[in-house]
Amino acid sequence: MSVFYFVAFLSIFFALMTIFTKNAVHSVLYLVITFFTFTIHYILLNAQFLAVVNFIVYMGAIMVLFLFVLMLLNLNKDTEPLKSNLIKIIGVIAGLCLVVTIAGSLKLLETSNPVVLKDPGIGLVSNLGKVLFSEFLLPFEISSILLLTAMVGAVLLAKNETKKI
Amino acid sequence: MQSLSNRKKVLEQKPLNFWERIYLPAVFKGLTITLRHFFKRIPTIKYPEQKRPYSKNFRGQHSLKRDEQGRERCTACGLCALSCPAEAITMISAERKKGEEILYREEKYAAVYEINMLRCIFCGLCEEACPKEAIYLDGPHVQPEYLRKDFIYGKDKLVEPKFEIND
Amino acid sequence: MELAFIIEKFALVILIFVVTLVIAMYSTLAERKVAGFMQDRYGPDRAGPFGMLQPLCDGGKFFFKEEIIPAGAHKALFILGPTIAIITACISSAVIPWGRDLTIAGRVVPLQVADINVGILYVFGVVALGVYGIMLGGWASNNKFSLMGAVRAASQSISYEIAMGLSIIAMLMVTQTLSLREIVEQQAGFNWNIWVQPLGFLIFCTCAFAECNRVPFDLPECETELIGGYHTEYSSMKLGLYMFSEYINMFVSSAVMVTLYFGGYNFPFIDSLGLSPNLLAILGMVIFFLKIFAFIFFFMWIRWTLPRFRYDQLMNLGWKMLIPLSIANIVLTGVITIVKDTFF
Repeated sequence: MSVFYFVAFLSIFFALMTIFTKNAVHSVLYLVITFFTFTIHYILLNAQFLAVVNFIVYMGAIMVLFLFVLMLLNLNKDTEPLKSNLIKIIGVIAGLCLVVTIAGSLKLLETSNPVVLKDPGIGLVSNLGKVLFSEFLLPFEISSILLLTAMVGAVLLAKNETKKI
Repeated sequence: MQSLSNRKKVLEQKPLNFWERIYLPAVFKGLTITLRHFFKRIPTIKYPEQKRPYSKNFRGQHSLKRDEQGRERCTACGLCALSCPAEAITMISAERKKGEEILYREEKYAAVYEINMLRCIFCGLCEEACPKEAIYLDGPHVQPEYLRKDFIYGKDKLVEPKFEIND
Repeated sequence: MELAFIIEKFALVILIFVVTLVIAMYSTLAERKVAGFMQDRYGPDRAGPFGMLQPLCDGGKFFFKEEIIPAGAHKALFILGPTIAIITACISSAVIPWGRDLTIAGRVVPLQVADINVGILYVFGVVALGVYGIMLGGWASNNKFSLMGAVRAASQSISYEIAMGLSIIAMLMVTQTLSLREIVEQQAGFNWNIWVQPLGFLIFCTCAFAECNRVPFDLPECETELIGGYHTEYSSMKLGLYMFSEYINMFVSSAVMVTLYFGGYNFPFIDSLGLSPNLLAILGMVIFFLKIFAFIFFFMWIRWTLPRFRYDQLMNLGWKMLIPLSIANIVLTGVITIVKDTFF
């Protein structure tokens, strides 16, 4: 349990650091560390497959792409666009909405029973695969179609770009 | 335009066919070539241990010769310095004193004889100009040094060591 | 019992670490020697007999060189870059089974640091993480060439990871497990996976070259265009760490390829020799290392044979050749598996 609290503290700490750092590259790196703490959480939950997939996909691929884009951008104080007052006001309103939502949900919160896994091997690859391809086959296929749509869209956008030039 | 030499080759640039596009046959061809070289005899000569023989008319470092009695042949006439196209040779002459007959053959000798090995082009003209057969370019390579001044060879390096002729 | 376990694992980790570093060290010499022989010359032979002391001299030189951190560089990330590179290179060998279990004084000692049931994915993940070392180093140098190297490294590793993952999936359909030890055990004798997955091996091998940033895929560092790429600004041991991590990656990816496709520590007629299990384990380990060395030689052989790909050729090969091929491989494997299950 103490490991959980320590890792949870770390993930919240680094998540906050992600928001509060000025430098965009630092921010991405803190996000990478946050994802790493998530991986540790998954391992603590005995979900090895999810942990490794989180590791590969989020840390190894998506964040690399983030970093890739940020390295090519020249983000510093001179190029930062001036934010108008309107944007600031909207930001404050959005933040307040979030606070209200969190407060409301906290009010409804009950302490649930500690979750006890009926099957500790649920996170292993073969079990996960069986569940995914039998019980949750439809959502699985629908999400894959969603991803395919996004991919086709991205390819189309790239194609249009080249034609103009 | 018409080629005048008739040796013009027209380069054909066809699009790659299937086998060329998957690179693999070309890769294997390259691999066999490099492997053949891997087992080839290596022509390198490992220099300080193995040396190539010098050619007979190789011109290396100069040496100032002695005659049969071990006396220096050079008479400091300056013809070698005059003939030198690279202006590498200087000398200061001196007159032979009494009692020095065993050291120098002629009445005049070179008190200082210097060759700048950085200037010398090892053409051998000094050898040809010398009337006393006192200078020959029969040594090995000039050794490398760290300082430029060390390339100015004086008599200590140029005069050949004394030798005994036993009758 | 607990203490013995910890000591055993600790000793194994230290041993693997030392062996990895020594092999990486001597790979540098082997690379130069192989290059020499392929170009009809001797390679380094002045330091010690056959130049055996050359890696030590190079290491010493690295330590005594002046360490320069450019004024415009981001200092923390500049130091973090090579650190990540070397750490990810070193920890990826944790799941590789080096040999059969040894029995020492009644205790069964497995020659593997951790047999986790997602072993192959672990290697994959750590390798994917390795690109951060190059990216951070390149970006932190604050140099256009380094940045180009970093960007190339990122896009190259992302592109080839996909094909690599897909080729592994086809193999997992055959083996039905992710644990490297079980994969090796299945290939007992001469039942190597290369016979069932030749195309998969070809794709995996190509991608391994790309992931190690070896010629013909060494675009992140290519000397001729980017004057060293991501390590242009690095000097002293930090450069040494980058070089080292490249050679360790080469060693580990050779080990992974041998484990997945060439039977790991298995060799034909392993059980008909009539030797004691401990001796067999050690013999298997020796065979395993011989196979790895063969692969390292193959890496070098390729390096001194092929020229570097152009950037568009690299991307075409990755996206238009290897990914469709690996998907076709998955489909083919699936069809063959079904046909085999239903008719035989």
